[in-house]
Amino acid sequence: MSKALLEISGLVAGYGHLPVLHGIDLSVKEGEIAAIIGANGAGKTTLMMSIFGNPKPSAGRILFEGRDITDLPAHAVALERIAQSPEGRRIFPRMTVLENLQMGTLIAPDKERYEDDLGHVFELFPVLATRKDQRAGTLSGGEQQMLAIARALMGQPRLLLLDEPSLGLAPLITRQIFAAIKALNEEGLTVLLVEQNAYHALKLASCGYVMVNGRITLSGSGTELLESDEVRRSYLEGGASSPSADEAKKGAKA
Amino acid sequence: MEYFLQQLINGIALGSIYGLIAIGYTMVYGIIGMINFAHGDVFMVGAFIALISFLGLMAVGVTFVPLALILVLVVAMLLTSAWGWTIERVAYRPLRSSFRLAPLITAIGMSIALQNFMQVAQGARVKPLQPVITGRFEMFAGDNFAVTLSNIQILIVVTTIVLMAVFWLIIDRTSLGRSLRACEQDRMMAALCGVNVDRTISLTFVMGAALAAVAGLLYLLYYGVIDFFIGFIVGIKAFTAAVLGGIGSLPGAMLGGLIIGLIETFWSAYFTIEYKDVAAFSMLALVLIFFPSGLLGRPEVEKV
Ligand SMILES: Nc1ncnc2c1ncn2[C@@H]1O[C@H](COP(=O)(O)OP(=O)(O)O)[C@@H](O)[C@H]1O
Ligand SMILES: [Mg+2]
Repeated sequence: MSKALLEISGLVAGYGHLPVLHGIDLSVKEGEIAAIIGANGAGKTTLMMSIFGNPKPSAGRILFEGRDITDLPAHAVALERIAQSPEGRRIFPRMTVLENLQMGTLIAPDKERYEDDLGHVFELFPVLATRKDQRAGTLSGGEQQMLAIARALMGQPRLLLLDEPSLGLAPLITRQIFAAIKALNEEGLTVLLVEQNAYHALKLASCGYVMVNGRITLSGSGTELLESDEVRRSYLEGGASSPSADEAKKGAKA
Repeated sequence: MEYFLQQLINGIALGSIYGLIAIGYTMVYGIIGMINFAHGDVFMVGAFIALISFLGLMAVGVTFVPLALILVLVVAMLLTSAWGWTIERVAYRPLRSSFRLAPLITAIGMSIALQNFMQVAQGARVKPLQPVITGRFEMFAGDNFAVTLSNIQILIVVTTIVLMAVFWLIIDRTSLGRSLRACEQDRMMAALCGVNVDRTISLTFVMGAALAAVAGLLYLLYYGVIDFFIGFIVGIKAFTAAVLGGIGSLPGAMLGGLIIGLIETFWSAYFTIEYKDVAAFSMLALVLIFFPSGLLGRPEVEKV
């Protein structure tokens, strides 16, 4: 039986006096991939950032390994070994690729493993090895996304948070990134994934949540959600995520 | 030619002092985007702490100059850093999430407060220090003019070079320097990486103040007199140097300092000493017309 690594209950958070999240309940079990899908503006990024107290939750609790981390400052949450590849990647543009990766190591408990970890992320994303002395700001979008994930991995995280890792990327790169996430999970890493690309995300996830206007409206296993009417209607057929909808149909035929 | 060389030497010595102070302006701007107008007065406080420590050491009979210098340097750096840390803590941190002009206003207030405090505590009159470092080399003599290099000028330039090298190594090569640059580029992301942003900002103020203290000590040794008002004009010039070099850029601050020092010295030597400050500030205006983000600054658009 796997227990909950991250347990969010009744979380309310927003900007100014306007709440964006209206009581979120969500849990991520050790070793699984959990996915949150939802339209643009639903509050997914707000949730991912409020784990780090930015914005600060005005109600509700966040437990990590059973410890209450709701009121910890952002860096202290990170030091619990929660690493995030945030929306927009936010690599440090005027540092080299290697320096960006070194920034990821600050939360790593075992500094001796640096070389091994570096080798590991270069194996996962070989292009980063060839670019390691290049300024990160000059990387392509896909490379920056790989760097953001690699930087998070350098901290030997217990939980990896990924906010829209496929945003704006070519289908080929998207597939490469999802393959990497799958491989990491198979090595035992727990992942919380936010995606608009519902098909890819739910196929990968063992547990999924649908967020609408700051509320979780539906949850279940990845396959359950993929087959549910609501998800099919709103997130898979036509609309914003048409490429993945096509793939969903192909998947259904196969 | 000899006269020109002499002015070059004088200008570099003065410019080094400006550069050391300019680093403090540029670092604080880089990390929290505010102009710490009290930084010039932190330099002034550093000069006073150096003066008081010298007098104290003389009173207890420490007369061996190298030992006295090192002790004064350490004391001035430590105490001035404490001032820098405290100023950030009480005057700027509480206002960090306030509107943009708020910290600027407290910075000006802090500047006035430091000046008034020193005026009340130490008196308004000019404070002299008997020459500590004397002697000069005659490098070579022309027809009717000898180029000389004084020991204090050597000390100023060597100290500045050593400090800049150490400083550069810290910023470029250490984990601490990386965290500092990370905060400069994306403060929230730095926090997500586990950087204690508040502590890093404090550290920026501490490092800036330590360099200002060294500048204060060198200024005191070079000119032999200080008063509570030196922070204002020297501070404005160091700020000008930081803007000239490109605010936010460390090499820019040093380069700007040297340029301002040289312009001021050459203008005084060849034109009118009364207008040396006008010359320095005109240069700033000119540079900003052609390089809006300073000589080594990066255009704002690159900011993420
Ligand atoms: N920094 C901010 N300040 C104010 N409102 C914000 C901010 N960031 C997001 N919002 C608002 O919060 C809501 C949720 O946004 P977000 O969490 O980014 O959604 P998602 O990631 O699901 O697209 C949106 O209405 C957005 O306009
Ligand atoms: Mg988002």
